[in-house]
Amino acid sequence: MKELKKDTVKSTTRRDLLKYTAAAVVTAPFIKPARAAPTEINMLAWYGHGESDVVGAYEEANNVKFNAKYYAGGDNMLGLVSQSPPGTYDLILSDAEFVSQLNAAGYIEEMDAADYNFDDMLHDDFKQFPGHWKDGKLFSVMVRFGHLGVSYNTNAMSAEEAMSYKSFWKPELKGKVGHFDWHLPNLGMMSLLNGNGANLWDIDDAGWEAIQETTMSLRPQAGGFFDYGGTFNSLKNGEMQAMCGIGDWITGVLEKDGAPVASVVPNEGGIQFTESYSIGKGSSKVAEVKKFIQHMLSPEGQLRSTEMAAYPAFCVTAGGRELLNKTNPKEAQRTGQVAGAVNDPIRLINEGRIHYRDIPVQQGLEDWNDFWSDYKNA
Amino acid sequence: MTHHKRKRRFDAYALTWRLPIIVWQLLFFVGPLLFLIAMSFFLVKNYRMVETFDLANWERILSRNYFWSSYLYTFGMATLATVVASLLAFPASYALAFKVSDNVRRWAMFFLIVPFFTSYLVRTFSWYVILAETGVVNSLLSYIGAGPFTMLNTWFGTMVGFMTLVLPLLVLLQTLSLSQIDKNLIEAAHNLGCGRVRTVFSVIIPMAKIGLVVGALFCFILSFGDFISPYYLGGSTPQTLSILILDTTKSGQQWPRAAVVAICMMTTLFVIAFASIAFAYRKPAS
Repeated sequence: MKELKKDTVKSTTRRDLLKYTAAAVVTAPFIKPARAAPTEINMLAWYGHGESDVVGAYEEANNVKFNAKYYAGGDNMLGLVSQSPPGTYDLILSDAEFVSQLNAAGYIEEMDAADYNFDDMLHDDFKQFPGHWKDGKLFSVMVRFGHLGVSYNTNAMSAEEAMSYKSFWKPELKGKVGHFDWHLPNLGMMSLLNGNGANLWDIDDAGWEAIQETTMSLRPQAGGFFDYGGTFNSLKNGEMQAMCGIGDWITGVLEKDGAPVASVVPNEGGIQFTESYSIGKGSSKVAEVKKFIQHMLSPEGQLRSTEMAAYPAFCVTAGGRELLNKTNPKEAQRTGQVAGAVNDPIRLINEGRIHYRDIPVQQGLEDWNDFWSDYKNA
Repeated sequence: MTHHKRKRRFDAYALTWRLPIIVWQLLFFVGPLLFLIAMSFFLVKNYRMVETFDLANWERILSRNYFWSSYLYTFGMATLATVVASLLAFPASYALAFKVSDNVRRWAMFFLIVPFFTSYLVRTFSWYVILAETGVVNSLLSYIGAGPFTMLNTWFGTMVGFMTLVLPLLVLLQTLSLSQIDKNLIEAAHNLGCGRVRTVFSVIIPMAKIGLVVGALFCFILSFGDFISPYYLGGSTPQTLSILILDTTKSGQQWPRAAVVAICMMTTLFVIAFASIAFAYRKPAS
């Protein structure tokens, strides 16, 4: 029979005590205080908005985690929202022209205007942006914007030449004009070239015929139709010398990287894309989302937004612009976000050269899309 | 001699082995296919599909010129890719099947499989560096005073992408098929005075017909439905049917109209596949 060990409980010696104390002192810096699991916020947005360069610091500071679902295009966004049950998305970043559709379909929550600092907005239009308010109630808050015009390779075209959409027809650019593959900005630009100005989206049958004719005449110049990655590559490797349908949101990334590309708002006018945050219907994290939107309107949030690695945009608040000028004056200069600059986006709006992107008023989106398919096959 | 007609009995053992593939096909092929057909009659209202039976999507898509021009272009490019790939692959397959040692063949087969280790999209993007006007090919051509030639965003770029996709697979299929041929028959043909070229056309190709046709069929199917090469190397100009599907879904979430395009593509592939298989297994006239 096995003999039972008598002394199974060992008493702590002075040496043990010293050993444990030393171990505790050495490992203390590596022990983090227990922290609650982060609150998960489901975000629906264009690519880049949920990346760490934009939300990383906020996540860390507020113990939240963004689960970003990315889309490409307002139609795509509306489709995703409409096919998901309420409460799927807590935070929705939308192109401004689609906010009214989100609201009409009941996909977004009403917001309290008092929660957001509209007084700091750089332009009065931003405070009452079309579609963001309905019957005096707020449904979306603008957080960034950018301008679309003529994007070009600076070795192929001068800035003066680029000041008209007619530059796309330069004989030297035959087969070298690329299109961002979305009918809305491309056909909007053709509408501006046809002199429709502020009514670029509200055109009658004759005007629509004229736009189609103008666009078709550009077909021999067209070298390809690209998504974000393709647009980026074709400008970078010089395959495309000019690009229709984009602006600094793509060339800005390349320009910062040293590529000889630039974007200008031509004399016929430019188109503004506007991105706004809404709270998804049925979200159970309204307070957290509200806090995040407030952060994105703060100078720090605006700075992160304007410097977003995926695609740059302009600040909407004076505080954001001020911080950008202080911390990154080079980028502020490059994008014209400096008071008095000739390409100051606010100045361009005030001069009437910028038109907010919208959807066609007298035609359906599918009519524009049908023509776009015809154009691609021509 | 009396022939007794065998009575077919329920064989639970055989059914057990067959059942998984039957269930799989029903769940993941027949089911979605039926849904796709049903969906082509649905309508989209406010970005939501409404379940109904309406021919509007069919009428709209089939009456559009861009659909037919995309169809012809896609069909033409897939046919051209099949012919080009088959012609390019055959000499290589022939050499691997008849002219090299077993060891070399094994290594060659291994290297033909290696491209599939990487994503097709990545392989496609790598052509940017090679085919761009400032790329490798044009840089080399510039040494002899030629070029630069525009290769990206053209049908040629698309074709290069198709070859990237199908050529390794086609060489594999052809090599396996040619390797099955009894070499004694080739010897016999030579002994009977048949020249090398005539042996290829009178003995080798007829005997490997099934494998060669199946390889070509795969080539057609993959090229016909490919989205990546026409989009990224062809610059979507002109667009193919798979790009048209994407455009249709992007604008207004018109999945039902995209379903119409998809059904037209699948019908084409069914017809081509059945015709090819029938041709491959057709017995030569005696």
